[in-house]
Amino acid sequence: MSGLLEVESLTRRFGGLVAVDGLSFSVGAGEIMGLLGPNGSGKTTVLNLLSGALRPDLGSIALRGQAIAGMPAHRIARLGVARTFQIVRPLASFTCHDNVLTGLAFGKRRAWGTQARADADTLLDRVGLARARDALPGALTYIDQKRLELARALALQPDLLLLDEWLAGLNPTELEQGIALIQSLRGQGITILLVEHVMDAIRSLCDRCLVMNTGRLIASGLPGEVLAHPEVVRAYLGDDDA
Amino acid sequence: MMTQDALRVLGVAAAIAGLACVPFLLGDYGLSLAINIVSYTVLATAWSLFSGPTRYVSLATVAFFGIGAYTTAVFAETLAWPLVLLIAAGIGILVAGIVGLSTLRLSGVYFVIFTLGLAELVRQLVTWYEVNKTRTLGRYVFTDITAAQIYWQLLILAVLVFAAGFLIGRSRLGLALRAIGDDETVARHSGIDATQAKVALFVLSTVFMTLTGAIMAPRWTYIDPAIAFNPVISFTVLIMALLGGVHRLYGPVMGVVPLALLFEFLLARFPNHFSIMVGLVFILIVYAIPRGIVGLVEQTVRRPA
Repeated sequence: MSGLLEVESLTRRFGGLVAVDGLSFSVGAGEIMGLLGPNGSGKTTVLNLLSGALRPDLGSIALRGQAIAGMPAHRIARLGVARTFQIVRPLASFTCHDNVLTGLAFGKRRAWGTQARADADTLLDRVGLARARDALPGALTYIDQKRLELARALALQPDLLLLDEWLAGLNPTELEQGIALIQSLRGQGITILLVEHVMDAIRSLCDRCLVMNTGRLIASGLPGEVLAHPEVVRAYLGDDDA
Repeated sequence: MMTQDALRVLGVAAAIAGLACVPFLLGDYGLSLAINIVSYTVLATAWSLFSGPTRYVSLATVAFFGIGAYTTAVFAETLAWPLVLLIAAGIGILVAGIVGLSTLRLSGVYFVIFTLGLAELVRQLVTWYEVNKTRTLGRYVFTDITAAQIYWQLLILAVLVFAAGFLIGRSRLGLALRAIGDDETVARHSGIDATQAKVALFVLSTVFMTLTGAIMAPRWTYIDPAIAFNPVISFTVLIMALLGGVHRLYGPVMGVVPLALLFEFLLARFPNHFSIMVGLVFILIVYAIPRGIVGLVEQTVRRPA
């Protein structure tokens, strides 16, 4: 398995707080990697560093061997890194179709015109939103807004997809659909790094997991092993339960 | 489909031809009112070209308008007219590029304040230069350009600004700007170079403002920094665009026509209370029709459905 994403000693400080502290890991092409940890452990900061929303203070990030650390977000997006947001951020004045079209127009392919519009419809259909093509995001349910955001991210034709608690807040049926949807992306050769708290999802989706606490990597490996790791149990539940 | 498009093109051509005949139909007063309306149409449409989709409220209109006017005042007597316009556009592009690159990272109220300050800064710079270097504060603009010629030039400029807006609206750049207006973070993470898109449109929008100033300068015969860089022009353009509605290309002109006529009426009838009445009109518009006339019409049309 070749490393699609190689992260080395990644560090980011906010004033005196070290949010991400010397993090190193690699994600192989086609892998689904879970990124876990208690609240405030630095998971979202890692996604922000990978996607270019923040610049790292130290460390390197390589995508397919190309250094991308510190690049502006739009360049990283064009190189094949797409993301969703912890709290959904659809383009509110755009129809669902145009939301997806935006990803297509400025992503790796820079598609435009009739073909792009058809591709947007295909992607909406793929995430189960074909019926809402001309609706504004505000009229959608929460799960549908999440689907929309996923479709917009997929429109960039990413090699690496960063999902920030994409499955959070879904009811059991929706969760099942959501897991199936992410599972189906694996078949397309998209590599996924997902921040998640939903244990069922982690167990059924992730090939490997990373666990962070206070900015540091405390465990990595197969989901079952990692979740049983004493350090991980201590980080989540405290000393008494370890 | 084809016939509908053809009809539309024909309609636009007929409207332009009709407007081009205005100088033959109206007297001096009518023509000066028409010039006023067309110049504000260019300014307000150019303003909303940038500020509409990005929601960056700019009060720098008069900075560029004034730069254009001063370019004419300095070069009109010695250079050929097309060259004067070219120089004006060039200076406008240069200033807009510098300002754009250095300020479009600002957002919200910081950008508004900066643009207001920019207009004042340019005015003070020109004043300083005139007082210390040329030792005159005012300049006379003597040209043989007639009012009708000014009107026609402005009309061409208006056609160009609408054409630019129409093409941008259908282009990738238009989509990028609307995305930036909605959520710049999402736009950036969707591969949009937000800075480049904003600077490009800011420059384009201000070129029209600069040219309007250059074309309008001969109307005054005498200009000084207080006239050419009068901040009221920026506010007027802003309120006209907001009254019309910035979500549609034809929105601003819907605000320009009624307000230009109203201001003309107020200025004639209540010259001493003009400012206070204009202030009231501003407040009324912002409170009563925040989405502009076009938004209001669209809302009422949509409601019964």
